[in-house]
Amino acid sequence: MNPIIEVENLTAKYGETTVLKDVNVQIFPNQITVILGKSGCGKTTLLKNIIRLYQPHSGRIKIFDQDVTFMEEKEFNQILRKIGVLFQNGALLNSLTVGENVSIPIEQHTKLHPSLIHRVVRGKLGLVELEHAIGMYPSELSGGMKKRAALARSIAMDPQILFGDEPSAGLDPITASALDRLLFKLRDHLDMTMVIVSHELASIQRIAERIIFMDDGKILFQGKLEDAKKEENPAMQKFFNP
Amino acid sequence: MAHLQKNQDVIYFSGELTARTIEDFSSELKPILKEKANASLRLDLTEIEDIDSAGVAFLDEVIVDNSTDDRSIRLINVPDDIQDSIDSFTTIDLPEEAPEARRGFYEYLDDKLRIYRKNFISLLFLVADVFYWSVVGLFRWKGQRKGSLIQQSLLIGVDALPIVVLISFLIGFILALQSAAQLRQFGANIFVADLIGIAMLREMGPIMTAIVVAGRSGSAIASEIATMVVTEEIDALQTMALNPIRFVVVPKFHAITLTMPMLTILSNLVGILGGFVIAVTYLQLSAAAFFNELLTVLFLKDVMTGLFKSVVFAWIIVIIGCYFGMQVKGGAEGVGKSTTASVVASIFFVIVADSILGLIFYFGDNI
Repeated sequence: MNPIIEVENLTAKYGETTVLKDVNVQIFPNQITVILGKSGCGKTTLLKNIIRLYQPHSGRIKIFDQDVTFMEEKEFNQILRKIGVLFQNGALLNSLTVGENVSIPIEQHTKLHPSLIHRVVRGKLGLVELEHAIGMYPSELSGGMKKRAALARSIAMDPQILFGDEPSAGLDPITASALDRLLFKLRDHLDMTMVIVSHELASIQRIAERIIFMDDGKILFQGKLEDAKKEENPAMQKFFNP
Repeated sequence: MAHLQKNQDVIYFSGELTARTIEDFSSELKPILKEKANASLRLDLTEIEDIDSAGVAFLDEVIVDNSTDDRSIRLINVPDDIQDSIDSFTTIDLPEEAPEARRGFYEYLDDKLRIYRKNFISLLFLVADVFYWSVVGLFRWKGQRKGSLIQQSLLIGVDALPIVVLISFLIGFILALQSAAQLRQFGANIFVADLIGIAMLREMGPIMTAIVVAGRSGSAIASEIATMVVTEEIDALQTMALNPIRFVVVPKFHAITLTMPMLTILSNLVGILGGFVIAVTYLQLSAAAFFNELLTVLFLKDVMTGLFKSVVFAWIIVIIGCYFGMQVKGGAEGVGKSTTASVVASIFFVIVADSILGLIFYFGDNI
């Protein structure tokens, strides 16, 4: 199976501080891959480098077999249309309703008739069980509802890859588990590839089909969760058996 | 590639039904639906290779818009993977959207009046709270940050000095310049000192200082408090058993009460200096003549009314800033809106207060 995302020798820095050191990662299609590790190990930095919110110091990133590391913005925007990103705090636009938040990318990137856009938006919100909140503002939503609304927005364009930065962080166990089930549903029904950053063990155990374990800006392990648990590396042992 | 074929009451779809191809499907389907206006139809999806959420929405719309009591439109032979997408994104099973409630004029008016009444009451409570804690704060420093009065005085007063000085000088300068031409016609050059002195001390000094402070510090107060509300800092203070008004607002209230009169005095002096420059250079008055005239026309009362006004304006600015900050709704956009609203409201109420005080002092003189 060919990887859908390939990261080669990626080094990332904040000023003089090196956050990622020669990172090599492969993400395979139609799987939920979880990037995990303790806080500050570079998980989110890796994610943001892949989607080019941060520019890497050195190395190469390939998505859909195309080198995107220094790709022209116009060209990369085409890649971005096939990608959805679910941010840690939802990042919904507060001045817009939930429905408007979801419809933005569809309005901007397709020529669909407004009535059809409205149906697509309702469909997406129905999928996350938020169809009743279409006219509500983000400030009127609970934490779990915000996450689900953000998920609806992130899949607005039917992306092939969904990135999630700690989607279940700050949620109660029931809501977190429901969100995880929703991710599975999307993966199953829509053949989505998912890259999820998380350090929540319960959530990782529920959704991870493949894991990438990071520590201090380096990759310690890539493979199945069960195999990771058998590793004798002290950092990994401590993570799985706190 | 979009493609439709018709065989009696079955329409065969083939190709890709996605956002890109919907227009093609739509233009092919419309005449068929028109031709078979009264017949029940089946949409055969056997040959559909791919479908996205827009495609599902399209099928939903075709079914909903063309189904009647006597006519049904249904999907047949749907491949499993296509059915998965349809199940995920269909809106047909969702509860119908409630129609938007339309309100009449009187309902609208009633809602508005209720909101104004509620806002007015909360403003009164805020005013009472601010004055109560400001007086208490003079005697009991507990519950306020150490050094906050000095810090706020520097921010509100000292940092505003350059802009207040510049604007006041220019105001005095322009007032004198505009009146000089008129006074000259009557040989009344000397009265420029009277005009500048009275105008600056009674009106222009206090009001220009208030407008500058409303723009600078009023907006800063509103945005700081609004951000604290949005980021739950105000809630955090309350959970620490700290009164937010006392902790956040009172130091600003004390600082602005202290610094506004000082800024106003400075504004008066610099404004008179601006007028003096015109008097000496354009009207050829001597410095001694200008200041002699100024001293004969000005009374302590003029200084005091200006200073009294400046304190009232200061309280308006801090209370309005605090009120709009506390009333913020939403996130970043809400902070921007409340900041803008606070500046506009501060300037408006400063001018209203100036008019009222002007009338009181005028009629007070003549009683």
